[in-house]
Amino acid sequence: MYIYDEYDHAILKQRVAQFRDQTERYLEGSLSEQQFLPLRLQNGLYIQRLAPMLRINVPYGMLNTVQLRRLARIARDYDKGYCHVSTRQNIQYNWPALEQVPDILHELSEVEMHGTQSSGNCIRNITSDQFAGIAPDEVVDPRPYCEIIRQWSSFNPEFAFLPRKFKIAISGSESDRAAIAVHDIGLQLVKNDAGDIGFKVLVGGGLGRTPVIGSVIREFLPEAHILTYLEAILRVYNLHGRRDNKYKARIKILVRAMKPEVFAEAVEQEWAHLKDAPSTLRAEDISRAKGYFTEPAYEALDDSAAQAALGSQKADNIAFGKWLERNVRAHRVPGYAAVTLSLKPTGIAPGDITDTQLETIADLADQYSFSEVRTTHEQNIVLADVKKSDLFTLWQAAKTAGFATPNIGTLTDIICCPGGDFCSLANAKSIPIAEAIQRQFSDLDYVYDLGELDVNISGCMNACGHHHVGHIGVLGVDKKGEEFYQVMLGGNAGNNASLAKVLGPAFDADQMPEVVQNVVNVYLEHRTDEELFIDTYNRIGLTPFKERVYAKAS
Amino acid sequence: MPKLVKDGVIVDDQWQVLPKPESDASTSVPAGQWLVPLTVWLAQRDALQARTDIGVWLDSDETAEQIGADANSLPVIAVNFPSFMDGRAFSTARLLRERFGFTGELRAIGDFMRDQLCYLSRCGVNAFQFADDQVDLHQAIKSLDDFTEFYQAGVDQPIPLFRRRTA
Repeated sequence: MYIYDEYDHAILKQRVAQFRDQTERYLEGSLSEQQFLPLRLQNGLYIQRLAPMLRINVPYGMLNTVQLRRLARIARDYDKGYCHVSTRQNIQYNWPALEQVPDILHELSEVEMHGTQSSGNCIRNITSDQFAGIAPDEVVDPRPYCEIIRQWSSFNPEFAFLPRKFKIAISGSESDRAAIAVHDIGLQLVKNDAGDIGFKVLVGGGLGRTPVIGSVIREFLPEAHILTYLEAILRVYNLHGRRDNKYKARIKILVRAMKPEVFAEAVEQEWAHLKDAPSTLRAEDISRAKGYFTEPAYEALDDSAAQAALGSQKADNIAFGKWLERNVRAHRVPGYAAVTLSLKPTGIAPGDITDTQLETIADLADQYSFSEVRTTHEQNIVLADVKKSDLFTLWQAAKTAGFATPNIGTLTDIICCPGGDFCSLANAKSIPIAEAIQRQFSDLDYVYDLGELDVNISGCMNACGHHHVGHIGVLGVDKKGEEFYQVMLGGNAGNNASLAKVLGPAFDADQMPEVVQNVVNVYLEHRTDEELFIDTYNRIGLTPFKERVYAKAS
Repeated sequence: MPKLVKDGVIVDDQWQVLPKPESDASTSVPAGQWLVPLTVWLAQRDALQARTDIGVWLDSDETAEQIGADANSLPVIAVNFPSFMDGRAFSTARLLRERFGFTGELRAIGDFMRDQLCYLSRCGVNAFQFADDQVDLHQAIKSLDDFTEFYQAGVDQPIPLFRRRTA
């Protein structure tokens, strides 16, 4: 993974000093509340319903065990002993004291971490595929490009006061695990017929109050030009994006108003001036970035022997077999596998993790996975490079620690924002809904049989739970001070991205488990062999679900 | 005389800012050093070009292209911040410097804040006239050096760090 040099350290040190000074000026009264607002947001600090919330970037989801242990220590020393993995692969603390935030940022800077641009109207943390570098279907490893773009966007002087927040995601695989179609800019790494690397560029996707699938504005942008091209997009947006209404300020609104072809043309015109500037990447710049993402010291392993051993362990232990099936993924290197540790046992807010759990994960990563982990936008943690021969012992250790719920990708692996329990923007609670649904589906065999089923819950239309792209999406709404839940079906975050359609009128919180059960029942009655929920939905449409749910509910 | 920060030091401000008039064509620009609205400049360009004591200010919804090649005949161009949250001036400043080759004084006016000085200066702004006269300029000047090293290219440093690292 990327390692800071003296430049990175110097820049981050100056950032911490800058924010310490700003916080002091705010506390002594010489910096106004209004002026402090964008400054603290661009360091990750929100003032929330109950306490401040501090969002720490995990660049493209990668953490080493030194960082994990530091996060644990901060949770213990400055917070209530836990933190939260967000739906954008970041880490959030829910109870830090404002006066201590500069100290927290200092502690983080020592392990090459920060909250810079994790909030505010600027370019946010770059997100990517949690299986980058190890996925068998990978065309190009996206991480070196993520790092190049991270550096370009960090402290970028021109784009720190954009009309609205700006999110970039990069995928390098055939199967899109980074949800690039619902980002302000989505970049798909591709190779052309000549074998050259480039990007397919999507722009103007997003969730929130106006969900939109991004438009392709360039089929192939040679890799050398990525920074100048991004600069052109951002400049067009900075100058022409709406600033009169924050709900119409995202780039998706501008792209739609201009029409994607016209927006693309404006970008090309701007880019014509910027193309071949010194920000153009030379081959040595790209290979230098790639040098940070070399393979760990994989051993030459006998894959078929490891497979055979797994086969007999599986036969002896059904629970292990289910975990293998759901929580373990193929790795491109023979004899290795990627393991997802579930942060979604029933009864725990999805993505929440305690200080001691973080340390346990660090121990597991040191022992089994080259001392690195990845956070996922599904709010779990991945050990990316585990020997197949270690899987059984790792499973036992993960089970003891509570990370082995075999529910990855299933109905109970719910993606959920912090909601009304924590967030001042929320209209409704989300965590209790997730928990009620998990309790409704407590039979693991049943859940396992349902197969892949994404449930996404957001407590308001800012859509941090990405409800529009859930197979089953739930949106909390407020009607005259009471909380209701709108249910939508058929969203999809990956390839063939689609937006969910609203089922009908909203429900009370206590109806939600039954509503989801009814939706699942319709699927079970209609599915053909091997058909996933989303496939059945796409075949039969919304109506059968609607009829059942409202027949029962009325 | 009012003060401003220019090229990192506090100096007397020789210029006055003419507010947007009701009529761009008929308003008369008094004698003395004036920063006139872009619209006035465009309406009275021939007459004003004859004077050497005229600069132009752009509001945040006005673009560098609108002043275009005229930039280089002007001693001062100002970019206005109606609010410190309106970041269009950052792009406008870069365009004036990098695309239209403006080498004179590029001044921020209006409701920008001290904590934006470093980024503004990277975008080519070299003079800062705070709307709020309570701002302590001696303190504010410190924010110009919030950062002394940068990842990306700017007007101050056209070579991005990744090229300098490997040099």
